[in-house]
Amino acid sequence: MEDLTSSKQEKANQDPGEAERPWEEVAAFSQGPESGLSEPLELEQGPDTGPKRRGSPPQSPESRASTPLDDLAGPGTSSPPSLPQEGSYTPSPPALARQDLAAPWQSDKTTSVNPEAGTPQDHHLEQSDKGEPTASQTCQSEGITFRQSQQTKHHLYGPEDVNHNNSKQKELRFNVFQEEDSNSNHDLDRAEPGASEVAPSMLEIAIQSAKAYLLKTSSKSGLNLYDHLSDMLTKVLDERPEDAVDIIESISQDVKMEHFRKKLDTLQNENEMLPTYEIAEKQRALFLQGNLEGADQELEDEIAENALPNVMESAFYFEQAGVGLGTDETYRIFLALKQLTDTHPIQRCRFWGKILGLEMNYIVAEVEFREGEDEENVEEEEVTEERDDADSEADEDDEDELPRNFYKTPQAIPKEENRTGANKYVYFVCNEPGRPWVKLPSVTPGQIVTARKIKKFFTGRLDTPIISYPPFPGNESNYLRAQIARISAGTHVSPLGFYQFGEEEGEEEEEVEGRRDSFEENPDFEGIQVIDLVESLSNWVHHVQHILSQGRCNWFNPIQKSEEEEEEEDEEKEEEKGEETDYIEQEVGPPLLTPISEDLEIQNIPPWTTRLSSNLIPQYAIAVLRSNLWPGAYAFSNGKKFENFYIGWGHKYSPDNYTPPALPPVCQEYPSGSEITEMDDPTVEEEQAFRAAQEAVVFPTEENEETEDDEEEEDDYDQE
Amino acid sequence: MDAESLLLSLELASGSGQGLSPDRRASLLTSLMLVKRDYRFDRVLFWGRILGLVGDYYIAQGLSEDQLAPRKTLYSLNCMEWSLLPPATEEMVAQTSVVKGRFMGDPSHEYEHTEVQKTNEGEKVFEEDVVVQIKEETRLVSVIDQIDKAVAVIPRGALFKTPFGPVHVNRTFEGLSLSEAKKLSSYFHFREPVQLKNKTLLEKADLDPSLDFLDSLEHDIPKGLIHLQAEASGAVEEKAKWQRGQTAPGLQDTGDYSSNRGPGACRWREATLWWCCAACSGQASPSSMLPAPRTVAISTWEPARRT
Repeated sequence: MEDLTSSKQEKANQDPGEAERPWEEVAAFSQGPESGLSEPLELEQGPDTGPKRRGSPPQSPESRASTPLDDLAGPGTSSPPSLPQEGSYTPSPPALARQDLAAPWQSDKTTSVNPEAGTPQDHHLEQSDKGEPTASQTCQSEGITFRQSQQTKHHLYGPEDVNHNNSKQKELRFNVFQEEDSNSNHDLDRAEPGASEVAPSMLEIAIQSAKAYLLKTSSKSGLNLYDHLSDMLTKVLDERPEDAVDIIESISQDVKMEHFRKKLDTLQNENEMLPTYEIAEKQRALFLQGNLEGADQELEDEIAENALPNVMESAFYFEQAGVGLGTDETYRIFLALKQLTDTHPIQRCRFWGKILGLEMNYIVAEVEFREGEDEENVEEEEVTEERDDADSEADEDDEDELPRNFYKTPQAIPKEENRTGANKYVYFVCNEPGRPWVKLPSVTPGQIVTARKIKKFFTGRLDTPIISYPPFPGNESNYLRAQIARISAGTHVSPLGFYQFGEEEGEEEEEVEGRRDSFEENPDFEGIQVIDLVESLSNWVHHVQHILSQGRCNWFNPIQKSEEEEEEEDEEKEEEKGEETDYIEQEVGPPLLTPISEDLEIQNIPPWTTRLSSNLIPQYAIAVLRSNLWPGAYAFSNGKKFENFYIGWGHKYSPDNYTPPALPPVCQEYPSGSEITEMDDPTVEEEQAFRAAQEAVVFPTEENEETEDDEEEEDDYDQE
Repeated sequence: MDAESLLLSLELASGSGQGLSPDRRASLLTSLMLVKRDYRFDRVLFWGRILGLVGDYYIAQGLSEDQLAPRKTLYSLNCMEWSLLPPATEEMVAQTSVVKGRFMGDPSHEYEHTEVQKTNEGEKVFEEDVVVQIKEETRLVSVIDQIDKAVAVIPRGALFKTPFGPVHVNRTFEGLSLSEAKKLSSYFHFREPVQLKNKTLLEKADLDPSLDFLDSLEHDIPKGLIHLQAEASGAVEEKAKWQRGQTAPGLQDTGDYSSNRGPGACRWREATLWWCCAACSGQASPSSMLPAPRTVAISTWEPARRT
């Protein structure tokens, strides 16, 4: 019973709030009334709404606060100052609403305000006095006396709140609608402010009793008609079905059924998102790209057909050789290459191979841009490089104050122009077919030189830093590019005679550099017997330039350039330099199209292994060439066609374990002079000899005259 | 990979680029069937291929009823005629660890290794150069054994141990779920457990004796030897690398590797009854047989660990 009363009190406390609900609604306190109103429910709803109930106690003081005529009210009216507080008191929206209400009332009808405002107070009193009876009465619903009716009236709103709670997000629209309904009651109240206790009109009583009746809870289902109707209307207004009147029965049924439906839980099992879904989604685009091209397909095809290699055909031959990716993966790569050639101005494209990584793999495409298309990129890169240079210079300036460093970094060897040497082709990589192609930066000689000294696994992420000794200039994308250049230079071979030197260009270049670096397909190539290809390595030639130990394909003379630069500055310095650096002999690599039979052996291991793809049916077998230097590099030829392919870890073979080079001696760049070198401590003999020598210098002048002083001095000296 | 599901396993393992040419595939399917009959194996696994300079070794293993019992290893140069290899002994492993370089592809080839032997005669110490001849067949045996011990892998649940001891293939195993397939702890070394005996009772408390009777990959030392990698095709592939250079302080370098792609080992989703065999042999599946690097790794791996 006590519970009842207390909750009753709360209810009563809220009554004022409810009374002002119309205003609340107008003031868009849509949440406010609900939370506030929900409390009466607790009577019926039980512990579920418990937490909300806690919000109610503060409301009572507020309600008091909102009543200027506390004196009348008597007990519990001791907190007028709470009115300002209410403004900041957000958790109890009813209070706020009350406040809103209070203001107009006070301004409009001062006389009426007092009693009106007093009403809640009265309730308070009431509750404190006869809370129990009223509570019990209201619980048993229909009020007979006015007081009871009023209680019930307030109680009436409780069930509404049930609605609010149950269907939490009802539209304001309906609330308004509902409020209007309830407004009438309140208006009545207000019409006779404070008089509600004195003389309720018959109409009001009738309405209230009708409403109370509607609110009567069914003993069977625990529902009441009022809620049900309002639910139904809400549903109708929400959904706005056609001819609602015809289906009102089923709506009614639906509404009732909803009570049995499981509430949606916010905690739901998250569907497992396999990474395979993501890739499948991306690869879907590959398969759809053919359809999307549409009208100008013909034009594009003219270009694309030239560029796109027949990957499947090569894959077929490689399968004969026992290498190659599965047909499925190959086909996806094929599609990805098509995407690449469609989206970039590409003259020629080739599936270079696949580099395995620890986390992901790289699929590498070798690409030649159409003339003039890639120049923009080049410029950009140059700009960035210049910036880098500037930065390094700036750093040097700062360091001037520190001990002078005599170490001169060897002049960086410039990277080769695009379309020449190691940068002849551009390489695109992607981790999986369908993922975006990323263009690799062009390779610098420094990167190639360092890449030769280190051995790292690829991770599959291009931005991975390469932590190594000697330090590698760049991240994994640079390392990848350097390895690709090395592998290409080492393992790209073609049958003898397939390529020939370009006649025009070849002559010119021969004059200039004594070497040729361009070739073209030999239109008269008639093919070589497969047996010959297998039996003799001299029938295979390299068609990618050898990379010199300098890191370039075409030798670059560092001295020459430095001289040129310094001519502008000082002749003396130039001479010094010339003396310092010995004349560097030009590095010469094997010329292009050198037979691979001249390749160097790796510690008695031949660099190439040739096979016939099948011994069972040699007539139709193809020649397979396997590199022992770069495990994973293969070439095939059926006499006329050939293809190179690499799949592996991007590591060069070496029979010995890899060992990083030893660290250089520390601070080699600082010459150790006498001022730095620590001197040995003098021995006793040396000290004595030194003293004797000193004495010999002093004594001749002051001989015997001041021997005693000398002795003293000596003592002093010793003491020192 | 199981000889019976060879083609599927090969397809799954193709991502590493190593495969078999059609004539090899066909002849393997035929000859392994005969091997199974002649040697009365319970299962025949195609272990892989070791590339040689002159010829390639194709390796198969025969399992008896008990999956964990010592396996018999056979090799062939032409995929048709199979020869049995002797079981590996520690002596063999020690002997062949000095051999570097590639396999030749000729089992009778003899590597020469000069050792300096010190003999004490009285107070004098004589140093003699002794040339040791090591047959390639011996090397082949020890290399296969080491590869098996290092990277033969099965997924958890693929095999189960019966109360009487023998280990059988778990026919109800349907592969690992993605979340499990991504964890190293879901994979076991397919060899006699070594570390398991060293575990405390507390650590063993959660283990299911019928399933967790092998060493998990999770506790391998050093870490990072085996990487799991999911492929679009749905196969999780494993890559094992043997890392050397642990002794070089502050310098990260990686040595040679052996790639271990357990198509079956890690194949989840594609439930094939025999995938587990594929697993164990999958490790050695053709891809893994990039020959020379792996052998080098083996020969140097042991010393590296000792330091």
